[in-house]
Amino acid sequence: MRWLSTVFWLGTKELRSVLRDTVMAIFILWSFTLGVSMKAQSSGETVNNASVAIVDQDRSALSARIDTALYPPYFQMPDHIAVSDMDTLMDEGAYMFVIVIPPRFAADLIAGRGAAVQVNADATAVSQASLGVGYIQSIINEEVARYLDAPDQPAVVDLVLRRSFNEAGIAAWFGSLVSLLDQLTMLVIILTGAALLREREHGTIEHLMVMPLSSLQIAMAKIWANGLVILVCFSASLVLIVQAWMEVPVAGSLGLLGLGTVIYLFAASAIGVFLGTVARSMAQFALLMIITIFPMQMLSGGMSPVQSQPDFIQPFSWLLPSRHYIEFGQAIAFRGAGFDVVWPEFLVIAGLGTIFLAASLLLFRRSLSAGG
Amino acid sequence: MAGSGGPSVALIRDLRHSYGAAVALDGLSVEIPAGRMVGLLGPDGVGKSTLLGLIAGARILQSGEVHVMGGDMADRRHRERTGPRIAFMPQGLGKNLYAELSVFENLEFFGQLFGQSRAERRARIDRLTAATGLNPFLGRPAGKLSGGMKQKLGLCCALIHDPDFLILDEPTTGVDPLSRRQFWELIDGIRAVRPSMSVLVSTAYMDEAGEFDWLIAMNAGQVLDSGTPEALLARTGAPDMEAAFVALLPREQSAGHREVEIPPFVPGQSTPAIVARGLTKRFGDFTAVSDVSFEIEPGEIFGFLGSNGCGKTTTMKMLTGLLSPSDGAAEVFGKPVDARNMAVRHRVGFMSQSFSLYGELTVRENLSLHGRLFHLGAAQIAARTDALIAQFGLAEYVDARAASLPLGIRQRLSLAVPIVHEPEILILDEPTSGVDPVARDQFWELLIDLSRNQGVTIFISTHFMSEAMRCDRISFMHAGQVMVYDTPAALVEAKGVDTLEEAFILYMEEAGAGDAAVEGARMADGARIATDDQSGTDKGALLRFSVSRMLAYTFRELTEVRRDPVRLVFAFAGSVILLLIMAFGMNQDVDEVTFAAVDLDQTPESRSYLASYYGSLYFTEAPPLATPQALTRRMQEGGLSVGLEIPSGFGRGLRQGNPVEVLAQIDGANPSRAATIESYVSGVHNTFLRDWRTENPAPLAAPASVTQETRMVYNPTSESLMTMGPSIPAMLLIMFPAILMAVSIAREKEIGTITNFYVTPTRRAEFLLGKQLPYVAIAMINFAMLYALVVLVLQVPLQGSLLALVIGGLLYAFAATGYGLLISTLTKSQVTAVFAAAILSMLPTMSFSGLIQPVSTLEGGARVMGLFWPTSYFMQISVGTFTKGLSLGDLRNDLILLAAFFPVFFGLGLAVLKKQEK
Repeated sequence: MRWLSTVFWLGTKELRSVLRDTVMAIFILWSFTLGVSMKAQSSGETVNNASVAIVDQDRSALSARIDTALYPPYFQMPDHIAVSDMDTLMDEGAYMFVIVIPPRFAADLIAGRGAAVQVNADATAVSQASLGVGYIQSIINEEVARYLDAPDQPAVVDLVLRRSFNEAGIAAWFGSLVSLLDQLTMLVIILTGAALLREREHGTIEHLMVMPLSSLQIAMAKIWANGLVILVCFSASLVLIVQAWMEVPVAGSLGLLGLGTVIYLFAASAIGVFLGTVARSMAQFALLMIITIFPMQMLSGGMSPVQSQPDFIQPFSWLLPSRHYIEFGQAIAFRGAGFDVVWPEFLVIAGLGTIFLAASLLLFRRSLSAGG
Repeated sequence: MAGSGGPSVALIRDLRHSYGAAVALDGLSVEIPAGRMVGLLGPDGVGKSTLLGLIAGARILQSGEVHVMGGDMADRRHRERTGPRIAFMPQGLGKNLYAELSVFENLEFFGQLFGQSRAERRARIDRLTAATGLNPFLGRPAGKLSGGMKQKLGLCCALIHDPDFLILDEPTTGVDPLSRRQFWELIDGIRAVRPSMSVLVSTAYMDEAGEFDWLIAMNAGQVLDSGTPEALLARTGAPDMEAAFVALLPREQSAGHREVEIPPFVPGQSTPAIVARGLTKRFGDFTAVSDVSFEIEPGEIFGFLGSNGCGKTTTMKMLTGLLSPSDGAAEVFGKPVDARNMAVRHRVGFMSQSFSLYGELTVRENLSLHGRLFHLGAAQIAARTDALIAQFGLAEYVDARAASLPLGIRQRLSLAVPIVHEPEILILDEPTSGVDPVARDQFWELLIDLSRNQGVTIFISTHFMSEAMRCDRISFMHAGQVMVYDTPAALVEAKGVDTLEEAFILYMEEAGAGDAAVEGARMADGARIATDDQSGTDKGALLRFSVSRMLAYTFRELTEVRRDPVRLVFAFAGSVILLLIMAFGMNQDVDEVTFAAVDLDQTPESRSYLASYYGSLYFTEAPPLATPQALTRRMQEGGLSVGLEIPSGFGRGLRQGNPVEVLAQIDGANPSRAATIESYVSGVHNTFLRDWRTENPAPLAAPASVTQETRMVYNPTSESLMTMGPSIPAMLLIMFPAILMAVSIAREKEIGTITNFYVTPTRRAEFLLGKQLPYVAIAMINFAMLYALVVLVLQVPLQGSLLALVIGGLLYAFAATGYGLLISTLTKSQVTAVFAAAILSMLPTMSFSGLIQPVSTLEGGARVMGLFWPTSYFMQISVGTFTKGLSLGDLRNDLILLAAFFPVFFGLGLAVLKKQEK
């Protein structure tokens, strides 16, 4: 009890420090408002707002139809370019897709001779290219069939594709979860790590160490206080920005998502404490932070699917709490999963957090004496 | 206010200066006589440093007039002309020195800033170091010098260009008496040779005041009085300067002041409060404390004296359990000091050199937090806090934040904090450094009360002999060893001298046969420090942009980076690891799609339909499920990406041409993955139908159709790595150089070496460019490392122009470091600098530069951010040269746009960076 009250009172000091730091407050505000929404709306690899150009050598009613059939949100309104400019423009990355409609295209089709359309895709954006080519193909086929007034051939076996959990496939749904997690990770690591380093730079850590406090209490105070600040911002951002403003529905229980976030904050802030213990100066801390946060954000499954990671990366990314967060976050937010489904992920995250915390406590006193 | 009668070097009229709401100078007017040694006297926080900074031209003038050497310091042209004739040594031990650089390198750097030739620099450095006794230490880093030696080196750096006006801000604060005496002898020696040089020195040591030709006494931003020391003594009728100063203070401020009286110490209990036996602490091969032993009686005031860096602080830290001794033992109350012993911690209070207060908490919050942490009850805390606030005279500051308190008040608070829990031992590390005499005496009254009336044992370290005299016993420490400990009177007697200071110096000279003796012997050469050789420097050249001065900054920065390689190791090793992990890990190829089916039909046709999925490389088979409900449940658990439901009657429908529907459920939580899986599923489905039709021809003929020729340009096999390989360096090559760069100027501001930029003839462009070049070089090394990995390890071939890639890399390095530089000029602290650099660049770099989402498909704010971010263009160049096989000409536009970033960042940095402090 006394132990906990010490952690509580020490934590109130942390809260005051964070809340009185104007610059940090601005960063936090920016991250959880515009940061979240801008990133959410731009993320994902789906074909969205793809830039298209058409080299129309036919200039027939059919080619005009194809032109108007490509429209937002999948495609931008197509531009018309000359065939000679095609390579340069693709080299500059101006267009993702260039469709070349050959001369006498419509005429050949009417004559039943068959014709070929060339679709050039900039395959440096791998998944957008392959998906987009498929979309363009079906759009062209549809327009040609309608133009030729060919009857819809009844398919013998119809494939009904149904997406569970995000039927419309709106990228911003998943994107908002990922960007919330990214901001969460970055800020809680920075806050806790910097709080520890600041104590060391100002010499106040020595003051704490000569008081009847254990390293665990000092670390726990930082974890709960900074975690709480971020939890409040996270919740506000989830409800106000993601749910209300961006209109992303959450299928499962918000309480469960909150519980998972609390566990995740523990793990992430333990990483912050660990980095703050290892680093000797703010510059070193910043570099370590980049080395940690980049993989946490990029290998979490938010930017590219975890299943695609090669086997030798998988064990490494399993150690990242963010990967588990994405897994249970998706399950709760979109699939409406309950506690019975997500508890293993919770357990793994809590376990990872405990390991990082234990490691920093081991290094704590050693780092103090080296710094003294 | 008496005039000096002679010519003046500086004339100040109605000078006002404030920092926010705090007024530092309040309508100050004074005349500083030329060719004299002028002392600026006053306690901390009365505006001495502000005044000196303004006279030296290092601060921006807010209001009033400052004329120095016949010109107005508000005029930039005059500042540029007179700047090289003034030397300014800011307050703080070694504040203008570069800790990682050696003595020689520090002097070299200052010489280069003043445009001296190599031979001239060499000659001057030899002369200066010979005179100051620094000669044997030319190779030692400035950070490893003792306080006294740091100040001598600072003086040498200030004197390297033969200034006509030398301004020293508290050069002897925190320096032990022996080094202090040597420092003043040195100044006297120089003045003997160059009598025309004007010297202006500020000091908080009143006992030094007698040495000056002319004194200016300052308090609360105003001049109290000025004149020769004799005149001041005569006017106040005081016996010494300390008393004279107190007499000059306004009545309300000196009212509380009275002579400190110490009741004699009567030893009580027999068990000593603190015992040290053979305490030794080694850091690597350096022995900080060597075999230190002493005993301190309960209720005793025990003083600890010695030069800076002699091991006082380390010894104290071992006694508190902050450091564990390498050898020997420490006991408190008869029990060994153990970091885990919480009971002992309750009985000890510690005040470290850097006041351990939380600046962002108020006075009351600091006190009650401390009580909470020692588990005092709420009522007890309230009572104790109130008592301490009254006792320490903190009533009017209760709700002020600790960081905003004047130094003297802050120091009182930091004494109040460790005694909230009424400890029996108080360990104080230099608690009175830089505090004015009145406040110091008040502080001592509190200490005496604690010791004599409450039986608290006090262990204190100090540089003030007047304070040492008040201790019951004192010890002299030198080079990690306690030379002697006894009562002050006994020590004076043992050496047969009059004062403790003389006794101390004798002991020090005895013990420190090494450097102290060398320095003493060289002192006679002090005269050689000054020179009349003015030939080498072309004064006109000082005013123009100088490549050599810029390179001086470059070499200095490079040396500093080389001395602290950890940052570089982090940056290089970190970027390599990140490249490998992310290039392999950020795989956008969707495969191993887990797939399960509910086959309600169980006919040869349905099995053959499913077999076509199992046969696909993309799908991984999971155990089939019995019911659609089970399928839904598995999907919810996230174990399945695709669930296929084949209705009963599938086989019959296929054979007879009756329409049947197969339902494919796809996990849509990750939309991009879902879209790809959709295309796989339709692909397999259509292939199955086509094959089935071929085998079982339908009556209808196929209609005329369009064939689509798909050309996957640049990356025919659609491998993620082909794009990710060259993309990731583009991301890393902005983050690391920008963060490394962002620290550089903010760090100089924090440490104080930025003053060298203010007071030397360095131009802003020289400073910025000079500091940037090393980081451009570092970025280029990183560039080479990363792309070598891309080609050799990731096996992504470079198909286009290497020249375009290298030119792009160079432009990018300038842009990235330029961005870091801009952030660095905008921010005051390193923390803000690194986080601003990291947080602000992370979003545009990761999301808006075409790493995942091509720039051409971005919209709105994201598009704009992408367009104004250099990574977008370098990403084009990197992916362009590698995957698209583009030539220099193809990338012309991207290169031109990328080139535009550096001048913009640099120009903004120039505009933001001020040549003077605010």
